Amino acid sequence: MNNMNITDIVNPANLVYKKNSVLNDLPMHYCPGCSHGVVHKLLGDIIEELNIQEQTIGVAPVGCAVFAYKYLDIDWQQAAHGRAPALATAIKRLLPDRYVFTYQGDGDLAAIGTAETLHACNRGENIVIIYINNGIYGMTGGQMAPTTLLGMKSTTSPKGRMYERDGNPLDMPKLLAELDGVCYVTRQAVHTVGAVKKCRRAIKKAFEYSALNKGTSIVEVVSTCNSGWKMTPDFANRWMVENMFSKYPLGDIKDTIQA
Amino acid sequence: MTEEIIIAGFGGQGVLSMGKILAYSGLVQGKEVSWIPSYGPEQRGGTSNVTVILSDDRISSPVLNTYDTAITLNQPSLDRFESLVKPGGTLIFDGNGLSRMPSRKDINIYQINATEYSISHNATKTMNMLILGGLLKVKPIIEVDNVLSGLKKMLPERHHHLLPMNEQAIKAGMKLIQVFTV
Amino acid sequence: MRKGSEEIMLMKGNEAIAHAAIRCGCDGYFGYPITPQSEVMETLMELEPWNTTGMVVLQAESEVASINMVYGAAGCGKKVMTSSSSPGVSLMQEGISYMAGAELPGVIVNVMRGGPGLGTIQPSQADYFQAVKGGGHGDYKMPTLAPASVQEMADLTVLAFDLAFKYLTPTMLLADGIIGQMMEKVVLPPYQPRLTEDEIRAKYPWATLGKPHGKKPNHITSLELLSEDMENLNKRLQARYRTLEKEEVRFEEIACEDADYVFVAFGISARVCQKAVEIARSEGIKAGLLRPITLYPFPVEKIKELSNRVKGFTVIELSAGQMVEDVRLAVNGKVPVEFYGRMGGVVPSPNEAFNALKEKLIQ
Repeated sequence: MNNMNITDIVNPANLVYKKNSVLNDLPMHYCPGCSHGVVHKLLGDIIEELNIQEQTIGVAPVGCAVFAYKYLDIDWQQAAHGRAPALATAIKRLLPDRYVFTYQGDGDLAAIGTAETLHACNRGENIVIIYINNGIYGMTGGQMAPTTLLGMKSTTSPKGRMYERDGNPLDMPKLLAELDGVCYVTRQAVHTVGAVKKCRRAIKKAFEYSALNKGTSIVEVVSTCNSGWKMTPDFANRWMVENMFSKYPLGDIKDTIQA
Repeated sequence: MTEEIIIAGFGGQGVLSMGKILAYSGLVQGKEVSWIPSYGPEQRGGTSNVTVILSDDRISSPVLNTYDTAITLNQPSLDRFESLVKPGGTLIFDGNGLSRMPSRKDINIYQINATEYSISHNATKTMNMLILGGLLKVKPIIEVDNVLSGLKKMLPERHHHLLPMNEQAIKAGMKLIQVFTV
Repeated sequence: MRKGSEEIMLMKGNEAIAHAAIRCGCDGYFGYPITPQSEVMETLMELEPWNTTGMVVLQAESEVASINMVYGAAGCGKKVMTSSSSPGVSLMQEGISYMAGAELPGVIVNVMRGGPGLGTIQPSQADYFQAVKGGGHGDYKMPTLAPASVQEMADLTVLAFDLAFKYLTPTMLLADGIIGQMMEKVVLPPYQPRLTEDEIRAKYPWATLGKPHGKKPNHITSLELLSEDMENLNKRLQARYRTLEKEEVRFEEIACEDADYVFVAFGISARVCQKAVEIARSEGIKAGLLRPITLYPFPVEKIKELSNRVKGFTVIELSAGQMVEDVRLAVNGKVPVEFYGRMGGVVPSPNEAFNALKEKLIQ
């Protein structure tokens, strides 16, 4: 190994890993340590693997992922805050043979877009909802989200979220799993290699299910926001495992197709 | 020829559908027509009215100050619209339950006790057709055949077996209407 | 009834919109019930166009969802619409602004009722400002068509789609409770087939239908973080609005040739004024009526031209006076411009309109 030079290293014969072709060659605007980049990569992987790049339309939210459309080489629409499921509903209704997914954060899906999310799910729209839950508003600088844990500090709950004032953190996937229109709900994370692999399988399943016309598939990814949480990326991951997972336990919540 | 008509009564008395039949009949007779309901909660039991205009020319305002003919089926409607009949115009009223009768001397007034008649003949569903018959008797603006074609056009096919019953009611209404002298 | 080969039908203005939409090749309708326009969706559900033309009809959970469904479908190059009445259209303003920013075509029908607030279900024209001055945020304009008959409810639905796609903009059909609820004769527009996906790709290469192999992806967005880029988008929009203002002004003149006094009114008010013109003429007053059909773009040049030869204008609206401001801007002080309006759902009678002309303007 010692006598390998750069040419040997980039030799295609020595290739052990390649970025998927759906992910664009662009530096991402996400903070170092953010979970978004990993989930974007997984989406690219799966779109490539299922060979559905030409049939997939993504709907980007308002929030940190507002520029998601820059990073994946597919057709995208960028929605008003919270309205992604309404856009996706219409796109899928008018183009029923396409793969349509929304990519939403917890402010987008669980606060301002609660109605659109719930009703799209209740109608059983055959779409995939990718739900990034990091318990905070990242884009606007770390304000309290509906998913912020009790006692968790944010710029609008500087002394921590209080039940008496702010209510309990909202578990949307658990709530949505109650709806007959929803066929698959799972909660994943991307903080370890093992978790990333599981999450990849879950997203793939969601896309496959959406082609079966059996209803809505929801993949929540419990994520870190080290900037908003004011932690180092490594500490944020540990903090997530210790604090977020007890409120948002990982695993499948509903799967009517495999069951 | 332009005939501006207001029909008013309680919701459920068939005011809007009578107006509709008149409008459809006008269409069959090749006239310009407009039909405006008072829409909203009135449909659910309050006072309801409909303006119908039949004309040989393009209809300008479907909203009117005064009417050539007013048809009133209850006291509030009589109270509201008697004064809005143009001098020389026509008022047709149902006498059921009235405590104050019409009083104008410069218009032609007719009474038709359609409510009473339709109850005694167990035919309240065609009460409005009695009144329509009465109207056509005193103001033959539309031919009865065209009214029947209009009705046929308006009713879904599954209700077409009711046409003879409606025709009978129109004819009965023509006999029932009487001149009212103030 | 047939007139030539065309069938003459009798229906409500709201129903005419539904029929016209199906016939002009509309791909989708998304709406939420509200009086006085619920017949639009009810008629569509009754007609079941998904069985004939393939048009999608969906009752949404709110007007917010409806307009965003319109956004999503329009982003795919589809011909789609929604309809509502004043309070619902207020809820749609966010989505309309996003559509303007993302340069998306779509038709929004507002069958106006009296406000503010929950207001009344009776007719009104008090959403004029909201429609023509940009009801949502940001610098945008929306072509706004004002039907004054059931026939125009049908015809202008078709035109609204044409303008929406020609100028890539949300376009509004601004009607009122009476035009929506009244029945009149109507000859429906001829059937046009819906566009195929290939046709959409050819005509609207920006549409997100799925990225063809080897091509760049399409992005529907109104977001440009760089000020210069956002200014360029705005410049493009403004240039389009100037073209609209030059090429798409529509109005009707009634008895204006020899008129001394001219009513300016749209929608149901114009019908009332038409009768007021008859009353005035019967009293020897040479009155006329200018009826803007496009409220944006507004017939500024026509009004300027009239102001050179008439003694004054009377503007009649179902509001506290909104369009009158645009008439005054066009007249620019040359002759008096008087206003008479009723609010909160009250419709002025032809006599009221005539008296306004006589008492405010002529005396």
